[in-house]
Amino acid sequence: MSNLLDLLVAGLATGAIYALVAVGFTLLWQTSQTINFAQGEFVMLPAFLMLAVMHAGAPFWLAIILGILLSLLLLGLGFKLLLVDPMLRHGVLPLAIATMALAIGMKEAVKQFFSAEASPFPSIVPVGDVWILGRVVSLQSLGVLALAIAVVIGLTALLNRTSIGHQMQATAQNPTVARIIGVPVERMILLTFLINAFLVALASLLITPIYLAKFSSGEVLGQAAFIAAIVGGFNQVRGAIAGGLLIGVVDNLAAAYVSTQYRAAVPLILLIVIILFRPQGLLGRPEERTV
Amino acid sequence: MTAIGKYWRIALGVAVIAALIIVPMNFNRYGLYILSQWTVMTIAAMGLNLTLGYAGQVSLAQGAFVGIGAYAAAIMTTQGMPLIAALGVAIVLCFAIGWILGYPALRVQHHYLAFVTLAFSTLAFLVFRNEDWLTKGIYGISNIPRPNVLGFATNRPLPFYYFCLGSLGIVSLAMWWLIRSPWGRAFVALRENPVRALSLGIDTRRYTLMAFAIGSALGGVAGTLYAPLTQYIDPVPFNLSLSLDLLMMVIVGGSGFFFGPFLGAMIAVLLPEWLRFTQGYYLMLYAVAVMLLLIYSPTGILGILDRYLTERRTKAASALRAVAKSRLETAP
Repeated sequence: MSNLLDLLVAGLATGAIYALVAVGFTLLWQTSQTINFAQGEFVMLPAFLMLAVMHAGAPFWLAIILGILLSLLLLGLGFKLLLVDPMLRHGVLPLAIATMALAIGMKEAVKQFFSAEASPFPSIVPVGDVWILGRVVSLQSLGVLALAIAVVIGLTALLNRTSIGHQMQATAQNPTVARIIGVPVERMILLTFLINAFLVALASLLITPIYLAKFSSGEVLGQAAFIAAIVGGFNQVRGAIAGGLLIGVVDNLAAAYVSTQYRAAVPLILLIVIILFRPQGLLGRPEERTV
Repeated sequence: MTAIGKYWRIALGVAVIAALIIVPMNFNRYGLYILSQWTVMTIAAMGLNLTLGYAGQVSLAQGAFVGIGAYAAAIMTTQGMPLIAALGVAIVLCFAIGWILGYPALRVQHHYLAFVTLAFSTLAFLVFRNEDWLTKGIYGISNIPRPNVLGFATNRPLPFYYFCLGSLGIVSLAMWWLIRSPWGRAFVALRENPVRALSLGIDTRRYTLMAFAIGSALGGVAGTLYAPLTQYIDPVPFNLSLSLDLLMMVIVGGSGFFFGPFLGAMIAVLLPEWLRFTQGYYLMLYAVAVMLLLIYSPTGILGILDRYLTERRTKAASALRAVAKSRLETAP
C-alpha cells in the first residue's frame, strides 16, 4: 500500500507539470482557436535558453529570469505576431500544420545550434529525500508538485478573482460579445499568449532537471499535455488541470501495475474512451456544433 | 476550360510522365531510392487526401496504415508468399480498420477526431514495437525480397522504381475515376455541407466511413511498396511523425486538389534532399519554407495556382462582357 503512496506522489508531480502545459494549451485554444502542435517544443526550448545564458557565464538565478523573459518574447509575442496572426483567419487546420512545421524547425535549430546530446540541467528544488509517514519521498517530486500547484492556484485566482481574469474569460467565451461590452480583446489574447509562454518556461524549469535537456524531449511531453487537455475538457482551465493530474497518476500506475511496454497505451485508451462517451471532456462544456 | 487549354494540359501530362520514365534512367542508386519513396508517399498522401480533402475528416493515423501495409508485406514475403497476396491482406485489413476508425468520426469532429486517430497511431506503433513474435520488435524485419512483376525481377533499383511508378499510375487512375464517380461527388458534398448532403439523400454515415476506409486502404497499399523498397523495416519510421508528415504533405500540396498529394510529397521527400547542401540546416529551412507557404497560401501550392487561374478567368470573362457591351452600344 505504501508503494502506492510513492507512485501517487510521483504521478501527481509529473501530472502537475502536464497540467501547466495543458492549461496554456487550452488558453490558446479558447482565446484564439490555436491548436499548438509545438507546445511540447515550447517546453523544451526555455531550458536551452537558460543553458545558453549560463554558458555565457551568468549565475543560475539570472539565467532563469532571462530565460523566462526570452520565452515571453519568442514563444509569446513572437509566436503570436509572426505565425498565429497572419494565419488565424485561414482556419484551424493550416495553423495547426504550421505549428507542426514550427516544431520541426525548433527541434532542428536546437540540435544544430546547441547540441544533439542530452545536457544536465540544475534543479531549483534541492535534491534529496524526506521521510513522510515512515516512507522515503523524493524532495524533487514534492518540490515540483508544490511549485506547480502554487502556479495553478495563482493562475486560477488571476482568472476568477481579478478584472483582467474576467475580461480574459469573456474573450475566451465569446470574443464578439466581449468586444461589444468593451473588453480590449486583442490585448487579452496577447496576454494569454504571454501566460502560455510563462507556463511553458516554468514547466521547462521544473521538468528538465528530471529528464535532462534534449532537443527531442518535447515530443512525449507535448502529447501528454494534449491528452491531458482533451481528457479534462478542451475548453476549461480546471479541466486541463484535472486532466494533467489524472494522466500523470494513470501513467505512473500503469507503468507499475499494467506493463511497462504498454504504459504509453493506457492514457491513450483512456483518451479514446473519454472522447467517445464524453467528447467535451470530464469537466468541459459541450461546444456548439457549427454547420 | 477552352480547347487549347485542354490540349496544353494533355501535353503537359504526357511530358511529365515521359520525364518520370526517361530522366531517372541515369540516376544513381540513391536518387532512384528517393524517387521511389516519392511515389510511395504520394500514394499514402492520396489516400489521406480522400479522407481529408474530399470528405473533410482530419486523420492522424495514415502513417499507422502505411506501417500495417509494410508489416503485412514484410511478414508475408519473408515467409515466401507473393507480394500480391500481402497487398490483398493489407488492403482488406486497412479497409476494415479504417472503417472502424471512421465510427468516432460520426460522433466527434475536427480536433477530437484528430486525437482519436492520433491515439490509434501511437497504439499501432506500440504493437509494432512490442509484439516480438509477429514483428520482431525493435530488431525489425530484414531481407525483405522485391517482387517479380510479370516475370521481370525488380531487385535492381531502376526496375523497382518503375514498379513503384506503375503502381502510382494505377492508383492515380483509380482515384481519378473514383472522384468523378457519384461516390466522389458524394464525398465533396459531404465536405462542403454535411447537412445539405444529408437532405439531398446522401447517406452521410456510410460515405464518411467509406472515405475513411478507402483512404486507409491506400495507406496500406503504400506500405506494401515501402517494405520491399527499404528491404528492412522496424517500428521507428511508422511512429506518429509519419502521420504528421503525411498530413503536412496533403495540406502543403493543396488538400482537395487531385494533384495536391503529388506536389506535397515532392516537397516533403525531395525538398529536404535538395536542401542537403546546407548541411545541418536543411530541416530548419524546410520547416521555415512550409510555414511561409502556409502563411502566404493556406490552401497549399495548388491553392496559389487555383487563385491565379480563377483570377484570369474572371478577367477574361469581364473583358468579354466589356466587348459585348461596347458592341451593343455601337450597334445602330
